[in-house]
Amino acid sequence: MSGLRGGRPDYGGGIGAFLCAGAVAAVLLGVVLLFALLFMRGAAAFWPRPLTEWRLADGTVRLAEELDERPDGSIRARIGNREFYGLDFLIAGPEEVAARSRPADAVRIERTENGPFFGYLDQAGAETWRLRLPDGRPVELPAAQVLRVSYPNRLGWFGRVGAWFAGVGRFIVEEPRNANQEGGVWPALVGTSLLVILMSLLVVPFGVLAAVYLNEYARDTWFVRLVRVAVNNLAGVPSIVYGVFGLGFLIYGVGGAIDRAFFAADLPRPTFGAGGVLWAAVTMALLTVPVVVVATEEGLRAVPRERREAALALGATRWEMLRHVILPGARPGILTGAILAVSRAAGEVAPLMLTGVVGFARELPIDGDFPYLHLQERFMHLGFHIYAVGFQAPNVEAAEPLVYATAALLLALVLALNLTAIRLRARVRKRLEGR
Amino acid sequence: MNSASASPASSLGGIAADAASRRPRLAAGDAPVIRVRDLDFFYGSTQALWGVELDIRRGEVLALIGPSGCGKSTFLRTLNRMNDTIPGTRAEGHVLLDEVDVNSPDVDVVELRRRVGMVFQRPNPFPMSIYDNVAFGPRLHGRARRAELDELVERCLKGAALWDEVHDRLKASALALSGGQQQRLCIARALANEPEVLLLDEPASALDPNSTAKIEDLIFELRGRYTIVIVTHNMQQAARVSDRTAFFLKGRLVESGPTEEMFTNPTRLETEQYITGRFG
Repeated sequence: MSGLRGGRPDYGGGIGAFLCAGAVAAVLLGVVLLFALLFMRGAAAFWPRPLTEWRLADGTVRLAEELDERPDGSIRARIGNREFYGLDFLIAGPEEVAARSRPADAVRIERTENGPFFGYLDQAGAETWRLRLPDGRPVELPAAQVLRVSYPNRLGWFGRVGAWFAGVGRFIVEEPRNANQEGGVWPALVGTSLLVILMSLLVVPFGVLAAVYLNEYARDTWFVRLVRVAVNNLAGVPSIVYGVFGLGFLIYGVGGAIDRAFFAADLPRPTFGAGGVLWAAVTMALLTVPVVVVATEEGLRAVPRERREAALALGATRWEMLRHVILPGARPGILTGAILAVSRAAGEVAPLMLTGVVGFARELPIDGDFPYLHLQERFMHLGFHIYAVGFQAPNVEAAEPLVYATAALLLALVLALNLTAIRLRARVRKRLEGR
Repeated sequence: MNSASASPASSLGGIAADAASRRPRLAAGDAPVIRVRDLDFFYGSTQALWGVELDIRRGEVLALIGPSGCGKSTFLRTLNRMNDTIPGTRAEGHVLLDEVDVNSPDVDVVELRRRVGMVFQRPNPFPMSIYDNVAFGPRLHGRARRAELDELVERCLKGAALWDEVHDRLKASALALSGGQQQRLCIARALANEPEVLLLDEPASALDPNSTAKIEDLIFELRGRYTIVIVTHNMQQAARVSDRTAFFLKGRLVESGPTEEMFTNPTRLETEQYITGRFG
């Protein structure tokens, strides 16, 4: 009996529990950092910053939106007025700035060209606006170029919050300007949504029917097992490979054939024989069909055998049993598949680059012109927009805040889609369980 | 229950005699609705039934008893071909429903299962409303018009002694009911197909004593209007509810006869040993 006494001190945990908990903590930290970085940087892009007048040691005067302080004490600031200074940003050490002040009437003018104007407004004429640069030089600006005027140094705290919300709103509903460096992401948001909706319409019916065949009709032969293994492994194929397939088969093959058959008059200008939202959606559907099949099969298997027997014993045919009892019971599984497919499709970029996404589309694929939905049109996408803004814009530094903002928006969109679907699934489950 | 009394066999016989005295006599006489002749049944290469011969008379309650694995459930499921749903099974011999062999290839299984309804061991309502559960069969077979459906659902729920408990929440989910209520709902659902024969596969074994008593009362009510075949592990239940009893052992029908006789005076030694609790 002596062995029972004197328990080991690490019974409740010890090194194993410490390692496991540490791993969880590390993962959590990573996720929290990711979200925090994206949302804070994204949100900061719209926070109205004051304009500080810098009198520099060499006698020049600048109005500066101070962005961040570096370890050596120097400050990076946006100085606007690109057509006069040739650059957007200035980094000045503390010894270079002789004096700093915040003139209340400093104005920030967003305009269609050359980025923002920082200075003073003398007269807003009907055709030309008379302005002064920070050093007092008078300049003129065609009124047509003016988008928005603000006096950031006059804003109180509430004014700033209001301006922030207005900025976020404009970011969402406006079109991009100035080679994507300014303005909003509305076309990319529309393109992403349209792509996801089209893809879901394609992938859910096909995936569900395929899963029903595999799980309900097919006998358990080596061939069926092979198909199942193939479907599962499709999920592991690199996504760019799907893009190649979409380009080679869908666009050049199917699209080319459609053009020759129905749009011969327009050739050699392609109609469906070029990248477009339809082919991108089909490619994405192919990419996501494995998850729908697998999740639906799980859902089908979760329907209790007794329930199947009850339907058959009431004289239901196999199809009636499927239609009225099994498929309704498998709805949570089907929804799970749809959630996973939508999340994947909303975030995947590589295959789109080969099948029709563009950095700037002149027209939306959906508009008020008959037939309203233009499936052959190229489109913009939030995921690709991040890349296009961050790495292809003429002035990458100026566009950087928008990269974070776009990334945060994409993340928010995927999260919102997921939450909606999860709540929907919870409701279906609750109804199925009769609570 | 006085299971502690001296001779279980005689107390079962007492129960059976008591039950029989309270039951009205069946009018239809001896006309069998189902005749089983020389029935063998196989799961793959394993034989589960050996040469079963049995008549099931119209309107009676027939109890199938026997130890686990004796083939009584398998036999029950051959009567409406539910075994078809298990791959690799095969029946040989004849199951004649009104002189038609249910295993012959031209038989409409859907119609067979409508005429021979079934209730399972575990309550298995569909995840839909109480009303829709009962209306499931009639809707499938297009047997009731919309206007008649309400009346049919009410009649079946009353027939299954459930109406009083659920009449004010027909649109509520069937899964919100208690286990006993769910099982009576399953009986109502089977009744809605207007079957001739009702197969009950241990319908009360997953229920508490109170719900079990309600199911037994219900069987008593349904007797005469429907032919009922019930599989049960519970000797007292067989003695209480059935007109006749058939005893299965190792895939063979050992004997069958009026319940009162089976429990007071079995002709075969195995039957006596089983009902007195010597094995099983």
